[in-house]
Amino acid sequence: MTTMSAAAPQVAHERRRARLKTRLNLAGAGFVTPFLIGFALLVIAPVLYSLYLSLFRTQLIGGTSFVGLENYTQAFTDPKFWSGALRVLVFLVVQVPIMLVLALIAALAVDSGRLYGRSFFRLAIFLPYAVPGVVAVLMWGFMYSDRMGLTGYVNDLFGVQLITPYTRQWILTAIGNIVTWEYVGYNMLIFYSGLRSVSTELYEAAAIDGAGQMRTIFSIKLPALRGSIVVATIFSIIGSFQLFNEPNILKTIAPTIVTTNFTPNMYAYNLSFVGQQVNYAATMAIIMGVVTAVIAYVVQLRGSRQEF
Amino acid sequence: MSAATPRLARKQFTPLRPKKSVGLTVVMLLFVVYSLIPLAWLVISSTKTQDALLNSFGLWFSGKFAFFDNIVWALTYEDGIFVRWLLNTLIYVVVGAGLATILATLAGYGLAKYDFPGRKVVFGVILGAIAVPGTALAVPTFLMFSKLGLTNTMWAVILPSAISPFGLYLIWVYATDAVPTELLEAARVDGAGELRTFLTISLRLLAPGVVTVSLFAIVATWNNYFLPLIMLNDPKLYPLTIGLQKWNAEAVGIGAQPVFTLVITGALLTIVPIVIAFLFLQRYWQTGLTAGGVKQ
Repeated sequence: MTTMSAAAPQVAHERRRARLKTRLNLAGAGFVTPFLIGFALLVIAPVLYSLYLSLFRTQLIGGTSFVGLENYTQAFTDPKFWSGALRVLVFLVVQVPIMLVLALIAALAVDSGRLYGRSFFRLAIFLPYAVPGVVAVLMWGFMYSDRMGLTGYVNDLFGVQLITPYTRQWILTAIGNIVTWEYVGYNMLIFYSGLRSVSTELYEAAAIDGAGQMRTIFSIKLPALRGSIVVATIFSIIGSFQLFNEPNILKTIAPTIVTTNFTPNMYAYNLSFVGQQVNYAATMAIIMGVVTAVIAYVVQLRGSRQEF
Repeated sequence: MSAATPRLARKQFTPLRPKKSVGLTVVMLLFVVYSLIPLAWLVISSTKTQDALLNSFGLWFSGKFAFFDNIVWALTYEDGIFVRWLLNTLIYVVVGAGLATILATLAGYGLAKYDFPGRKVVFGVILGAIAVPGTALAVPTFLMFSKLGLTNTMWAVILPSAISPFGLYLIWVYATDAVPTELLEAARVDGAGELRTFLTISLRLLAPGVVTVSLFAIVATWNNYFLPLIMLNDPKLYPLTIGLQKWNAEAVGIGAQPVFTLVITGALLTIVPIVIAFLFLQRYWQTGLTAGGVKQ
């Protein structure tokens, strides 16, 4: 009798817990489901469709046929693809470090509390991020031009062709300048936010130990920013590999300098929308996606390994 | 004495309130000049007539003050197509960024606060998607949409903007810290449903994170270029970015009507709303990022 009365509430209790667990599972799934439906249709499905497309080829005679990995072997031996891929790689190796170091310097300066009017600096440097990429390229594109901008006047001033953005040697630098202008403030904000979350006690302790400004930067601030630096680097790498807007808009101004395969993305775009070669374009998109993901993953791995 | 003075000064300026530096301020001013020069050029150029634009120094005013004429011209050119583009952009931003924020908030919260089976897999897949370049998705998405007859409709721009894995990630990080699990348990004991708890309690705590995500989504949709470029043919459906590029292409095209002033004034009108929104909301943006987000 006594054992029964003790067991009954326990069974009831367990049943209630199981019911709560089911209810919570359902609720959790309910919150996530709308996003997941969209995600499946708009991210997973296109990726799978791309993979599928990349295995076929459409020809004028014979129509669409399964070609296995032929598109991939074609891409790997396609000089047009490689010249674009190499170009974004050079861009990545040069532009990303410059931009991130500038952003880091700006964030450290704003965070140091040694500036007069620091919120003004933060806002002014961040402002370009709000400017649509198209407008940014149009502004710089006009300013680069001989007739209405600045470069023509600078060149006249010195009497030589000092700045010539629309030439083969300088066009990538000109694009790098635009991208840096657009995103340096965004990266500064990421770093600045990271710095703000450093405990002030650490700074006080460092000051008591007699650490100067530089020492504090290298021993406290930069290590604290490691996570932010990894995130910013990954996003910049993804952005560089996707390079499209800036060269594609400058192309209308300098059509002979910016070719249709200037970057892999422009090549894929022109293949599918001008050349109607969607299968080959899908292959290219997949190759670039895989390369980006691998590099992002390596950066993430290296970045977090150093933390321990 | 001379050795004692800097030491004294050092004591007054604690590490948290250091001495202001003129040198550093001047160096950083150069940074600001770099950030603002193109915007100054844009504002100044929008006051010029076409003739002055092509024949005067870019960073100073010249000739007749044609600012208002230019604005009227931009707003009425081609039967006021610019106004149409502005309205389109607003629709894309409100619906696209709105959906993106709602979906990311619900899902990020669900993943952070409910331990349902398969949660880890779902989270891993979505995080992996952040590294997938958006443009890599664009071509297959276009092909899928064209099969469904969705290309050249507003949905073609809105639907892909509605999914933001990065937004979900931000909310997930934010919700983990900002919404205490004990609070949710207490609400459960009181018999409140999960959705009601979310709407009345959690959402309030998530607010700064939600504002941050919505700002990212607004900027992304307002500035969206690649997606509408491939999805839309009809100029009546264009957002501002594509419309401006269309004008630009007309301005530099061979034998075209030189409408540089139009492009410049249109560009100015395009950035004014987003810059204003930005200046007003950047405070929240800051809070959301610091509290969770990219902090790591």
